[in-house]
Amino acid sequence: MPEYQNIFTRVQIRGPAHAGVPLAQGPWAREGKPGFSYLLGQLGNAQIGPFYLGTLGLASFLCGFIAIEIIGLNMWASVGWSPILFIRDLPWLGLEPPSPAYGLHIPPLNQGGWWLMAGFFLTSAMILWFFRVHRRATQLGLGTHTAWAWASAIWLYLCLGFFRPILMGAWGEAPPFGIFPHLDWTVAFSLRCGNLYYDPFHMLSIVFLYGSAVLFAMHAGTILATSRFGADKEVEQTVDRGTAAERGALFWRWTMGFNATFESIHRWAWWFAVLTPITGGIGILLTGTVVDNWFLWAVKHGVAPHYAALYGTISDPAKQ
Amino acid sequence: MFRLNGIPAIALAATFVVALIAVLTFTRPPVDVIATGDPGTGMQIVYNPAKVNAALGINQAPSSLPPIDAGPAASTVYKNVQVLKNVSTGAFGRLMVSITTWVAPQQGCGYCHVAGDFASDAKYTKVVARRMLQMTIAVNTTYSNHVGSVGVTCYTCHRGMNNPSQVWFTGVTPGSGGGLAETRMGKDLPAAAVDGSSLPSDPYTPFLLNSAPIRVNGNSALPDGTNLASLKQTEWTYALMMTYSQALGVGCEYCHNSRAINDWSESTPQRVTAFYAEAMLRDLNSNYMVPLTGVFPAAQLGPSGDVAKVDCATCHQGVYAPLFGAKMAAQFPPLEGVGTVSPTAATTGEGTGAMPAMPGMTGSGTGQ
Repeated sequence: MPEYQNIFTRVQIRGPAHAGVPLAQGPWAREGKPGFSYLLGQLGNAQIGPFYLGTLGLASFLCGFIAIEIIGLNMWASVGWSPILFIRDLPWLGLEPPSPAYGLHIPPLNQGGWWLMAGFFLTSAMILWFFRVHRRATQLGLGTHTAWAWASAIWLYLCLGFFRPILMGAWGEAPPFGIFPHLDWTVAFSLRCGNLYYDPFHMLSIVFLYGSAVLFAMHAGTILATSRFGADKEVEQTVDRGTAAERGALFWRWTMGFNATFESIHRWAWWFAVLTPITGGIGILLTGTVVDNWFLWAVKHGVAPHYAALYGTISDPAKQ
Repeated sequence: MFRLNGIPAIALAATFVVALIAVLTFTRPPVDVIATGDPGTGMQIVYNPAKVNAALGINQAPSSLPPIDAGPAASTVYKNVQVLKNVSTGAFGRLMVSITTWVAPQQGCGYCHVAGDFASDAKYTKVVARRMLQMTIAVNTTYSNHVGSVGVTCYTCHRGMNNPSQVWFTGVTPGSGGGLAETRMGKDLPAAAVDGSSLPSDPYTPFLLNSAPIRVNGNSALPDGTNLASLKQTEWTYALMMTYSQALGVGCEYCHNSRAINDWSESTPQRVTAFYAEAMLRDLNSNYMVPLTGVFPAAQLGPSGDVAKVDCATCHQGVYAPLFGAKMAAQFPPLEGVGTVSPTAATTGEGTGAMPAMPGMTGSGTGQ
């Protein structure tokens, strides 16, 4: 199988189009005549379709569409409906939450009302998608791990845009929609709270985020490297450790003295991925609510030192 | 081994194009790095020699005329001298010629003066120039906590041009869009004032004309109810700091230790200098520039009919100290207040934002 020793998929195995296992009883069927795509086959399975839309999928899609329309049309209005400026300035454009003066009240549409509405529909779309993934998995007889991983992402999203603003008493505390605007907001968040890097839950979130990337690279590298011995049949090798699984395990045991199993590596990866937004969300919820200045908090608890002054005594001139 | 077609070829080509675009936006090495803080804190000022050389080229103080200080007091010889009353006619003439080369080298004396009647205040430029002279003296005498011994002259801002190139006008009022859609938020558009970011594009008006609080950080680890600054407010302060950074051609670390950006004890002395500029700029804008609004012709005013105003960039023009710290003002004693009438007498209560008496506006010449 030399073809598998590559960094991308070169083998496209094509049988007759597979319609999928029989569906559990329901009003919807899988739609569309399946086709094949050579280009997509280089990234994944060459078969495209049939699709399953379903009630939840349709509802989620509609809510998402409404949210994107609200955000996009407001952005377009902000450049005077100029199509050229809309495309050129798109990364800068945004839809802002209401002024803090509105607190948790409902503002006029053009003062943050659209933001609130877009947030409602986007949140609905994501939660409906959670139920769709959950139901699809259940109907295929699978576990619901994917749905719960998605739920952890929704948790972080809601911590930033819903739970924390409610705790702080103003929608204005939430991030705007927009590419650069939400990045600027992120920096402002850290500036306001005295450096988010001293927030231990932010630290944990970074550990899990970077850890996810490392685990992903370690696992993917192991499987690709051992696929010449059939390691791409991971599920079978979980219970029947053939040549590939044995070699992969041996490789890591010799490299770092310890190895995951073909099953446990996936639990590691899943937990690292899921804990990234879970810990991140906790860190966000603590900020401004129970901790106001993370740097001073870190100094107080011995996490970070206060460096000695290098330039004599620099003190606040406003207090002189 | 690798047969490049389909997705891999597309991906490689796209990666190459994106990488090329990204690399072309980089500042080319080498760079000079100056450590200004403890190791590991990232307190490093990064200078690019090519950019420094370019800045050096356009930020040189012009040569000054030889000093003269002879003759009777100017007010005893010339009519309608309101500020430089006790300056000797020699120094007075030297300063007038210098101002001409600094501000109106093409137009000459006639840019401000009526030919044949130099005492006349008929031209608005002369009224503005007198007020700017008072402003320059005020900066050099009352704001030494910011300008130090470097001081300012007309050239610091004007650089041989009638109007300083780095000024600002008030932008849109956030949320003033009248339609159904959310428009005119004062941010979320590429803004040159804030280094091309999507931050608020006019942080000047709230902070450098009005006195909105700049500080957003609390001084206690836990919330104690004293700091109610919002995240939106923080974005405005962040935008203001970006204007400082751009104006001086430096990064945050020039003044702050970014691990604890609020902490004064870990900051550099430059932060104190910058702090004093804030009160100075508010004074200059509200007591010197804004009262001149009616004096300027409409074409010189901003989109909302407001007068050009001052920020850090007006003097600094991309350099940490204007003209790289050339001590130009010291060569013109009248600009440091020698022999002049106290500039503060020209305003009715400095810092109050009240409309000062404008000498020359009424033609009565009773200002001083």
